[in-house]
Amino acid sequence: MLATTTRRSTVTRRRTFAVSARYAVLIIGAGIMIVPFVYMLSTSFKSQAFVLSLPPQFIPHPATVSNYTEAWTSYDFARYFINSLIVAVLTTALSLLLSSMMAYAFARFDFGGKEALYRLLLLGLMIPAMMLIIPQFVLAKYLGLLDSLAGLVVFYVAGSLPLNTFLLRGFFAAIPAELEQAMAIDGAGAWRRYWQLILPLAKPALATASIFTFLASWDEFAWALTIINTPGKQTLPLAIALFQGQNSTLWGLVFAASAMAVIPVIVVFLVFQRYFVQGLTSGAVKG
Amino acid sequence: MTTGVTPAVPAGTAGSRPNRRLSNGLRAHRPAARPPAGRAARRARARQRRTALVFLAPGLALFIALIIYPMIRAFQMSFYDWNVVASAASTFTGFSNYVRAFHDPVFWRASVNSAVYMAFTVPPQIVLGLGVALLLNNKAPGRALFRALFYLPVVTSWVVVSLLFQYLFADSGLVNWMLHDVTHLTSTPTSWLGGRWTGMVAVSALGVWKGIGWSMMIYLAALQGVPTELQESAQVDGANAWQRFRAVTLPAIRPATVFVTVMLVIGGFNVFTSVLLVTGGGPADSTQVLLTYMYEQAFKNLDFGYGSAIAVLLTLFVFVLSLVQLRAFRSDPREA
Repeated sequence: MLATTTRRSTVTRRRTFAVSARYAVLIIGAGIMIVPFVYMLSTSFKSQAFVLSLPPQFIPHPATVSNYTEAWTSYDFARYFINSLIVAVLTTALSLLLSSMMAYAFARFDFGGKEALYRLLLLGLMIPAMMLIIPQFVLAKYLGLLDSLAGLVVFYVAGSLPLNTFLLRGFFAAIPAELEQAMAIDGAGAWRRYWQLILPLAKPALATASIFTFLASWDEFAWALTIINTPGKQTLPLAIALFQGQNSTLWGLVFAASAMAVIPVIVVFLVFQRYFVQGLTSGAVKG
Repeated sequence: MTTGVTPAVPAGTAGSRPNRRLSNGLRAHRPAARPPAGRAARRARARQRRTALVFLAPGLALFIALIIYPMIRAFQMSFYDWNVVASAASTFTGFSNYVRAFHDPVFWRASVNSAVYMAFTVPPQIVLGLGVALLLNNKAPGRALFRALFYLPVVTSWVVVSLLFQYLFADSGLVNWMLHDVTHLTSTPTSWLGGRWTGMVAVSALGVWKGIGWSMMIYLAALQGVPTELQESAQVDGANAWQRFRAVTLPAIRPATVFVTVMLVIGGFNVFTSVLLVTGGGPADSTQVLLTYMYEQAFKNLDFGYGSAIAVLLTLFVFVLSLVQLRAFRSDPREA
């Protein structure tokens, strides 16, 4: 009797200890994850004199928003922000349209060479974008797409097609065929079935694909670095990197601009978190 | 898939892949005027094919023009002394770009650095990602918050986090302050970005920090599939937590481990932005990795042929390595 109570209390105690240890580890880990961000934000509110002072200031004193106002106005980051927005929105819209059309064809039609074409598309998933950057540059030059936002958009769209088609095909294939058959009997053609039935039903998958595409084009750097020369056509990541390259010590300004690039991403991520999980798992563990 | 006579099956007898019948756009109001089955089916297939092509054409055309065609071109260019000026002719030089790579000490150093980066970043991302996923795997309060915090670096742009790490690893940066002024682990401030190995450490630290959240997400999803009955019966049999992990959890999440490993190895060899922005490949090319070296050859020295050869070599290398990994993972599962 006594023995069982002590044993139970040992078990409880051990369990409490395990839970606290678990949280201690998690909190330390999460701290390491976010301290760089916090430090970045803190630096963005420091005036130049304090950005590399030792010991480091965690809470800026005196705090100033001048880095933000300067970046936004005198250093043109408002324009880069808008460029990034244009590129990301256009890329997402075009990519979603084209990849959902392809996914529909792959999910709902049978035709000779279908598997071969699909494999060809999946090849695009395996070849990393950087491998193609030299011939793509030559091609963009030939097509007159160098130094233009259009040159960014079309290549971003092309690069995003394999993943999005793959993602959407799986979702489309899971939509019950009876619904489409009913529509077909009512005389609806393929285009109407795609537009009025499949797309509305696939909203979660479309949301996932949109978020991934938007963020990928919002953050893309290497291709923008390669084809954009005119300062007025830079996107945010490119502008931030080049600005830092020229003013290597103006960390307050660099991080104010960085915060402008990162905060929208964090908001999108926090709001649409569940779609991230869906996207990652449908691409990975199931397959 | 084209099995001669497939009579139009009435809608509603949907099998597992009934859509081939559906998408011929059957005219329900004109069933009487149906020609013999074979011809109807053939015509229906032709119509299916045409509709499918309409849906495929725009995306596929763009994909082939901007992804597949450059893929072939990369191979071709690697055999040329490529001339960037359009009017000048490029000369075919056979394997000379490849021969040059094998005699280029910087190419070898870049290869070693890429391998070092991989070795420094892949195992920690797997172990720590799995560790965090295990800690988060029960319905503990705050799970969503922690998951978000660990995933945050993954969604942040490489440019921003690279600059951030350059700042943290600066001579008078936060890392040196922690190691030197606070914990006194180092007697003098380390010039992280001023040397090859310290530079690689800084870049690798960034890679791990940015990547843990991704492997955590994959493992979190995989852990949902671990059969709880097995866990429980193992517990009844007196297996401790570590034994249960080894005997039940690890085998169950094996596909995820394969996937994570292959993807991380590919990702490791594709490291570019962080090296370019944190160390710039310097000092004196000492932290150059394959892609930064390829980029420098192509867009700084305008040597497109040599750059392409490096890109092709890297692609082949990654491809072979992926195959080897998949084979290795396939061969030993039963005895693990």
